[in-house]
Amino acid sequence: MTETVLEIDGVSKSFGDNKVNDAISMTLARGEIVALLGENGAGKTTLMSILFGHYTPDEGCIRVAGANLPAGRPRAAIHAGIGMVHQHFSLAPNLTVLENVMTGTEKLWSLRSETGRARTKLKALAERFGLAVDPDARLGDLSVGEQQRVEILKALYNDARILILDEPTAVLTNLEAETLFGTLKEMARQGLSLIFISHKLDEVMAAADRVVVLRGGKVVAERRAAETSKAELAELMVGHRVARPIRDAHERGEPVLEAAAVSVRIDGVDRLKEASFRLHAGEVLGIIGVSGNGQAALASLLSGTLARSSGDILLYGEAIGDLSVADTVASGIGRIPEDRTREGAIGEMAVWENAVLERIDEPRFSRRGLVDRSAAIAFAETIVRDFDVRGGGARTRTRLLSGGNMQKLILGRNLAERPRILIAAQPARGLDEGAVAAVHARILEARKAGTAVLLISEDLDEVIGLADRIQAIVGGRLSPPVSADEVDARALGLMMAGAWKKEAA
Amino acid sequence: MRFERREHRPLALIVLTPLLAVAAALALSGLLIAAAGAPVLEAYWRILVGAFGSRLSATETLTRATPLMLTGLAAAVAFRARVWNIGGEGQFYLGAIATAAVGSQLLSGAPGYLSIPLLLISGALAGMILLIVPLWLRLRFSVDEVVTSLLLNFVAVLVVSMLIDGPLKDPLAFGWPQSQSVADAAMLPKLVARSRLHWGFGIAVVLAFVVHFVQSRTVFGMKSRAAGLSPDGAVFAGVPLARTLLLVACLSGGLAGLAGAVEVLGVKGYVTTDLSPGFGYSGIVVAMLAGLHPLGVVLAALFTATMFVGADGMSRALKIPTYIADVTVALSLITMLVAVFFAQYRIRR
Ligand SMILES: Nc1ncnc2c1ncn2[C@@H]1O[C@H](COP(=O)(O)OP(=O)(O)OP(=O)(O)O)[C@@H](O)[C@H]1O
Ligand SMILES: [Mg+2]
Repeated sequence: MTETVLEIDGVSKSFGDNKVNDAISMTLARGEIVALLGENGAGKTTLMSILFGHYTPDEGCIRVAGANLPAGRPRAAIHAGIGMVHQHFSLAPNLTVLENVMTGTEKLWSLRSETGRARTKLKALAERFGLAVDPDARLGDLSVGEQQRVEILKALYNDARILILDEPTAVLTNLEAETLFGTLKEMARQGLSLIFISHKLDEVMAAADRVVVLRGGKVVAERRAAETSKAELAELMVGHRVARPIRDAHERGEPVLEAAAVSVRIDGVDRLKEASFRLHAGEVLGIIGVSGNGQAALASLLSGTLARSSGDILLYGEAIGDLSVADTVASGIGRIPEDRTREGAIGEMAVWENAVLERIDEPRFSRRGLVDRSAAIAFAETIVRDFDVRGGGARTRTRLLSGGNMQKLILGRNLAERPRILIAAQPARGLDEGAVAAVHARILEARKAGTAVLLISEDLDEVIGLADRIQAIVGGRLSPPVSADEVDARALGLMMAGAWKKEAA
Repeated sequence: MRFERREHRPLALIVLTPLLAVAAALALSGLLIAAAGAPVLEAYWRILVGAFGSRLSATETLTRATPLMLTGLAAAVAFRARVWNIGGEGQFYLGAIATAAVGSQLLSGAPGYLSIPLLLISGALAGMILLIVPLWLRLRFSVDEVVTSLLLNFVAVLVVSMLIDGPLKDPLAFGWPQSQSVADAAMLPKLVARSRLHWGFGIAVVLAFVVHFVQSRTVFGMKSRAAGLSPDGAVFAGVPLARTLLLVACLSGGLAGLAGAVEVLGVKGYVTTDLSPGFGYSGIVVAMLAGLHPLGVVLAALFTATMFVGADGMSRALKIPTYIADVTVALSLITMLVAVFFAQYRIRR
């Protein structure tokens, strides 16, 4: 690894008074995989956006293979061989894979379509890097993992030599993530260079050759992956030692939320099949499973946005029909949705509006139909302070927060309310290690105060660390609960694969 | 030259944007005036004199601005919540004909304090109904309301033609298709004596403030914005999507219908098929010029009315066609869109 393909030299970028990138320099060698690590809001996405020409740096420059890259031009970046896989894909769902890969490359005035040649090239690329995908499938029909593969193929189709991936695994199942890293390593072996952003230290240790750590917009450390450890990286990132809190013994209370053989059918497909669970006050019940196995339906059902098709739900011991959102909020159910940008927050609205929207009808935030702005803003400010939301205040447009900080806002508006029940779907997704520890501590604190927490997650460590009891979700069915003290990761793995005894309790 | 998104928009920029847009539009149509062989500055001076030079012309301009304000508000309210109401023209006509019908058939003997509010409400209700239909189609069958509300314009105008040539035809109109008149007592009082300017102007301005207040201070305003910006996010937060959008449609359709009612009760007293020189469509332009801000709508409507009324004076004095005014208004819409783009982005090196 000698040949430097990419140099970032003293790049700075400010948004208003906020210096998001501060004289950042780093290099990338041929065939190297570099992980970019840093707290939420450290400036990782911004730096990558500069690299790809979405933003113009205030200072500094970028050199690709020794040649200066004109700033702020995505086309120049593509031409220089830089490819980017955005966290939110930029593909058209109603075009086929092949069409998606070709868009933007065909000459506008060319009369002949290049489909034939494109198909050949795409096939060759897919084969070379093990990225199997049907070129004629409609993109909208593909799973998230497959769509990501198309994004990568598109970059490769444009002859990318340097590939940037912004939190590529945030949307993937663990299995898909493993496959992805297999592909990335193969690409590196064949001489491509890669930068990926991740908050998951396991991945970073497993896949990267080198790790660059950003904090507060500055490069604070650079390590070879072989010469560092997860603990050290976490400490470098946050500036102090972090350890995820672990639950301690705690008496659980009465059952507060029960599902008895609940099924949910959407468009003729059973998303949830006779699922049963019993959630007690003061406990964390972990629902673990590979995503796409009915978690979304379960979370929406309990969040009040989806109706059941059969079965009963008991809230505080009483059978209720379908929950509405208003019911959930009124009866003290906090909800953390899986997809923060789609459901959790409205980007174009202010932080304070997102903080209070779901309880805007309560008398403390509105009277006779009039919004009490100062009360709402005060509430939002408490959340921003108590939950360490960085990068803006109550009046900031929510879209401007970094991904992790948006998540903290959503968490805050639920936990600040001391909910009796908390439905948390992937609450730590996209959070940095320090923030994960903080969120876990909050959840355990709520448990101690008597909140019943339903934790829907696919992160084994998270579930083992927090849950008192665990049920696996597979193909829309819930396994019987097992006590967390009695299982290990291996047993959980088996449960997630659907192997549980029918009669066990 | 490159563009970069600007995340912080200073207030000065927000205020300056439409002014610059209008200036640019005037400069561009100046070229046209010059090409027509007339002195540009004098032409604009004539427009100003034509629109505000005398008591008569000033009141005429304000009279003309009144329905534009209401249809402009109708479009602005709807667009804010991403309800694409292109049917302002039809709602205007349906509001007008409902007012004329109720006023001439049911309330012809009633005193003004009773009939005026009732007639205004009839007009607003008629407009509401015409917009609820396309919105319901969208909520129920996902039919694009751009198309349906637009097409309903033609339906509405045809219904009006039918009525004023049939059941509502005024027998004293020498065979002209014209509806019967509402009673004199039901006419809106004049704001300025011996002019056409009526109380409808006051109503429109007050409503602009009311709409602004509703949008910025009320729970309904916040929910409707949420519903427009992100349906999924709004549903998750417990905003009743269908109900909120229906209310928005009622407000928007009601304002456009009210515009028709006000025009009947303020100016003519009856309905003809040329009651509106495209007030419904111009309302969309007015709303865009105003950046969808209700108070901006008042100013944008005044600007548009000035151009239209003043163009007559200019045309008479300088012998150039009044269409220049149409061109200027249309250009100002385009320059506004460009200006909004520049206000959102900054140019780098
Ligand atoms: N366009 C913008 N205008 C103003 N501020 C911005 C803009 N984009 C990002 N920021 C701010 O810059 C900081 C860095 O944001 P960035 O998205 O680069 O963080 P990140 O390291 O990717 O964080 P995360 O891990 O949470 O995704 C944040 O505080 C964010 O609020
Ligand atoms: Mg980011």
